Amino acid sequence: MKRVPILAVTAAAVFALAAQFLFRPEAGIFFLAAPGSVFASQSAAKPCGTVTVAAASDLTYAMNEIAANFQKETGCVVRLSMGSSGNFLTQIENRAPFDVFFSADIAWPKKLETEGLAAPGSTYLYAVGKLVLWTRNDSHVDVSKGFSALRDPAVKKIAIANPAHAPYGRAAEDALRHAGVYDAVKDRLVLGENTSQTAEFVASGNADVGLLARSLVVTPQMKDQGHGWLIPDNLYAPIEQGAVVVRASANPQGAQRFLDYVKSPATVALFARYGLDLPAKNSSGGKP
Amino acid sequence: MNWEALALSLKLAVCAAGILLAVGMPIAYWITFSRWRWKFVVEAIVALPIVLPPTVLGYYILAGLGPRHFAGRMWESLFGHTLPFTFSGLLVASVLYSLPFAVQPITAGFEGVDRRLIEASWTLGASRLSTFFRVILPLSAAGAITGIVLSFAHTIGEFGVVLMVGGNIPGVTRTISIDIYDQVQAANYDVANRTALILLLFSLAVLSLIYGTNRRALSLWRKS
Repeated sequence: MKRVPILAVTAAAVFALAAQFLFRPEAGIFFLAAPGSVFASQSAAKPCGTVTVAAASDLTYAMNEIAANFQKETGCVVRLSMGSSGNFLTQIENRAPFDVFFSADIAWPKKLETEGLAAPGSTYLYAVGKLVLWTRNDSHVDVSKGFSALRDPAVKKIAIANPAHAPYGRAAEDALRHAGVYDAVKDRLVLGENTSQTAEFVASGNADVGLLARSLVVTPQMKDQGHGWLIPDNLYAPIEQGAVVVRASANPQGAQRFLDYVKSPATVALFARYGLDLPAKNSSGGKP
Repeated sequence: MNWEALALSLKLAVCAAGILLAVGMPIAYWITFSRWRWKFVVEAIVALPIVLPPTVLGYYILAGLGPRHFAGRMWESLFGHTLPFTFSGLLVASVLYSLPFAVQPITAGFEGVDRRLIEASWTLGASRLSTFFRVILPLSAAGAITGIVLSFAHTIGEFGVVLMVGGNIPGVTRTISIDIYDQVQAANYDVANRTALILLLFSLAVLSLIYGTNRRALSLWRKS
């Protein structure tokens, strides 16, 4: 009986090791793309306190970098929550303690303003999102052929974000319809909760191909794993992404300062590096 | 109100409860009567889903049983498709995730059967199998019913795993809990409200019916 705890610990250790061995993720994306919250590092000086930011999941990587830069320059502390815009809308409507909200759809900040839950006139169009038809490098799908590649019956699962509420999903459905392939692919669609989960479906190989936010696929975490085809702008309504200062913010000055920082040329350039242009630039089928 | 999603949830829960009854019985029997010194390891494995968050199971199904890993490719060659985004994938996840909710009440039921009756049956020449069906099972039916009801209910209430590996396909993996989540995200609060209320009343009705018609099913709460 004395040996039971030792045995239990040994068994647990063996399981943990076995799990590591069997399921070792070949890509960091599984950890990074999770729509959980990410704490940015603390800074010593506090000229504008702590700013709590809720941001759409297509900004997962871009926002981490912006928050780090902002902290470095101002000494303010940024707490980042990444997730789905629709969820954040509901949470803010129910008095979630966010200071700034970066939605993937500008309709939600506008709705909050109309409802009197956002600082009047603070809605800001920070980027226009782009869609990429993306696949893993080890996949058999030739995305350079564009949407016609999807007609191949060997393409079994096509991942898009949920068109019912995710802006990138709506754009994806839009594009598939305008390209005339929607009916051919609709039974093979799998829906991610947001574009970040959709990217994870493709990156993990569970879906053959996906229509993803360009801001995710150009990141170091994803760009070496696969390749994509930039979907022509004229196939879908622009994905206008808006930010807003939350009315109930405990730190309105800090919130405004963060939003001002996002409007600065340096941040606009950073967004552009992640494929989030402002204003919409013309693009057509080619490399993202 | 999305009736298709409700029907899918019911189908998933019925299938999962059925499989769990078939799988749970032998496991519970073994746990009850085995005297193997490593038995506690099996008990711990069965109880794991109570502790583990659904994200762990979801992650392993997505990453470990996906097409990029050995286990996933094995599954694909056997069944023609990988687990994520399929009904059978949800079923496998549900069975694993509800396993303790079936096995533990059934085990409690078996353990409550007077050992002397079982031994009397054996000494009178009944085989182990017929002892099981004619003595043990009738005396522990309440535990089995509790096990079925709990695994059914737990599957209806499942959300995290389905969100992670389902892919939200209407009629295949869009369960009622996912549908409510979608409605909330799309800010369709009135639809979400109606669906949530119907689900609440439905769950309460099912559980009341079963606990009301079978008082002894409550033994889960009283005994163990």
